[in-house]
Amino acid sequence: MNMLTDAAVETALEGAPESKAAKMRGEKVNVFYGGKQALFDVSLDVGENQVTALIGPSGCGKSTFLRCLNRMNDTIDIARVTGKITLDDEDIYNPRIDVVELRARVGMVFQKPNPFPKSIYENVAYGPRIHGLASAKGDLDGIVETSLQKAGLFNEVKDRLHEPGTGLSGGQQQRLCIARAIAVSPEVILMDEPCSALDPIATARVEELIDELRENYTIVIVTHSMQQAARVSQRTAMFHLGNLVEEGPTDKMFTNPEDKRTQDYITGRFG
Amino acid sequence: MSETTAPKPFDWSSPKATATRKRRYAADRRLRLYGLISILTAIGLLGVLIASLVATGHTAFVQTKIAVEFTADPENVPPDDPASGNFRAVVSNAVQQLFPEIDDPRELRTASGILSNGAANIVRDYVTAHPEVIGQSFTLNVPASDPYDQLNKGVIDRSLPEERRRVSNEEIALFETLEDRGLVSTPFNWGLFFNADSRFPELAGLAGAIVGSFYLLLVTFLISFPVGIAAAIYLEEFAPKNRWTDLVEVNINNLAAVPSIVFGLLGLAVFIQVFGLPRSAPLVGGLVLSLMTLPTMIIVTRASLKSIPPSIREAALGIGASKHEVILHHVLPLAIPGILTGTIIGLAQALGETAPLLLIGMNAFLTSPPGGIMEPATALPTQIFIWADSPERGFVSRTSAAILVLLGFLIFMNALAIYLRQRFERRW
Repeated sequence: MNMLTDAAVETALEGAPESKAAKMRGEKVNVFYGGKQALFDVSLDVGENQVTALIGPSGCGKSTFLRCLNRMNDTIDIARVTGKITLDDEDIYNPRIDVVELRARVGMVFQKPNPFPKSIYENVAYGPRIHGLASAKGDLDGIVETSLQKAGLFNEVKDRLHEPGTGLSGGQQQRLCIARAIAVSPEVILMDEPCSALDPIATARVEELIDELRENYTIVIVTHSMQQAARVSQRTAMFHLGNLVEEGPTDKMFTNPEDKRTQDYITGRFG
Repeated sequence: MSETTAPKPFDWSSPKATATRKRRYAADRRLRLYGLISILTAIGLLGVLIASLVATGHTAFVQTKIAVEFTADPENVPPDDPASGNFRAVVSNAVQQLFPEIDDPRELRTASGILSNGAANIVRDYVTAHPEVIGQSFTLNVPASDPYDQLNKGVIDRSLPEERRRVSNEEIALFETLEDRGLVSTPFNWGLFFNADSRFPELAGLAGAIVGSFYLLLVTFLISFPVGIAAAIYLEEFAPKNRWTDLVEVNINNLAAVPSIVFGLLGLAVFIQVFGLPRSAPLVGGLVLSLMTLPTMIIVTRASLKSIPPSIREAALGIGASKHEVILHHVLPLAIPGILTGTIIGLAQALGETAPLLLIGMNAFLTSPPGGIMEPATALPTQIFIWADSPERGFVSRTSAAILVLLGFLIFMNALAIYLRQRFERRW
């Protein structure tokens, strides 16, 4: 089995229109939780301004890989990462890298909507405020409004910006979390099963939003739903037992996968 | 999957199945019953405690007073310096006026014994505060001395034979003439809260102890709250998990179980002997109580920090918040209700602590409330200890009353803790 490491070569060979230059690039990434290895030599590129979906059965390492991309694994004491991950050709595990800056550039949306127990306004304004993105009060209002608009939430909440964010519905909360991530002007947005706690209507709304966001942001999404991967992503990577099984343009992955395991998984034979 | 044999269908209505279910329900009911019995026992014991305290202590909440007409004769009270006056003479003149029929000096002395020994001081304080009464007569409600107070409250039984009573027939007769003239009253005893300690039960109050306890808790809070929170944050959020932090953790838990008297000895040896801090001072007491409260504070704060869902930390980290921002902006504010509850419960514990205070001399006899944290003071529990040791009859009920006051403060603090928890607790 030949793992594809260079998206550009892939593009040239396949002529897939979605493939773009790699924004983030993982090379031979291994992750250990204590003595247990969770990822084995994963090399995967994330193309700029497109949606990359990570799929695979539970416990396959797709969330682990995602959390390596903004070094969220640092918060787990026993986690150890080897290999190289770059953002714009800069190694993010280089000790000189500022993690705070990295996490501002690589934002994250989590599985369960987790707004701060503060007002809607404060939820969005918090990031810009700590990073000093707004010099005046008016600027901050502007950032909040634009972020909420980009997250497609502004019209629903504009009259109650100062009510608690936890009072919104699940789907609205998740879009609030997306607005919060957007507010610090990230380049990449990581989404860890962002729709798994939402109902189908809210899911459709968020998926639509992901498609719109692709224009300005590079998005990596972990999902359990094959249909969702097919709907929103341009490229898909299939993980299994800590290995990257296969990676390629989404339509090819779902119509003509190279690996038997991918085929079994997308047809629902395991997982 | 279809090849595996299905389990044999189970007969839910068979006698065996019914009996099993019955046994399980019976176990449920037994567990509930045990709990109920335990709760009732606890409430019963608490009821017995409160009831016995109220039974002996309620008389201390009123005080027998006698309305006496005093004359501030300029001869005894110089108008230019009223405080230096001879108020004993003013009082004995007033007693003579009260019983004009008595001319025997011995009998007159007995009659003066009806008024509290502090009557002269009470008159002096009144005249100093109102110098315009010099040269005039005025009526004051003066506390009766302890035996008459007890007689009036029925603690001393008038029907007992004379030799088995604290007051003689003659004394009872004198007191009864006052009662007949309507001069005796038993108003609410504000003195219990606003007087300092005294040798005479009718004048003794808790003001000194309450102020002392307040200073103690203030010092304890100011030290243990910030130190406890900072230590807990370090241990919970920053400390690496290794043998050393394990050792620290074990020792903190051990400290919480050290008998309080040991902390008292430590305070005596270190704060008083080595650092030369003043004996009996609330500062030293507060330092000792802080040592005692710290482990509780640290444990409670760590538990509160731990109970904050990790999703909040991740949310903050995910948009690039630094560690201190995650802690100070998100985790700590959410943990504050739990921390406050723990703090108040810790302080309530400190409020009731006696043994360490005895060792550092906070059981001194002091007739005025402390003016600051460096001045000698007593505290509520040590005041109870002092009064419980006093032989006068009046101190028996005052001891119970002081315990009730202490319990009142404890109940107030615990209620405050519950209120704060419910008021600020956020759910999500």
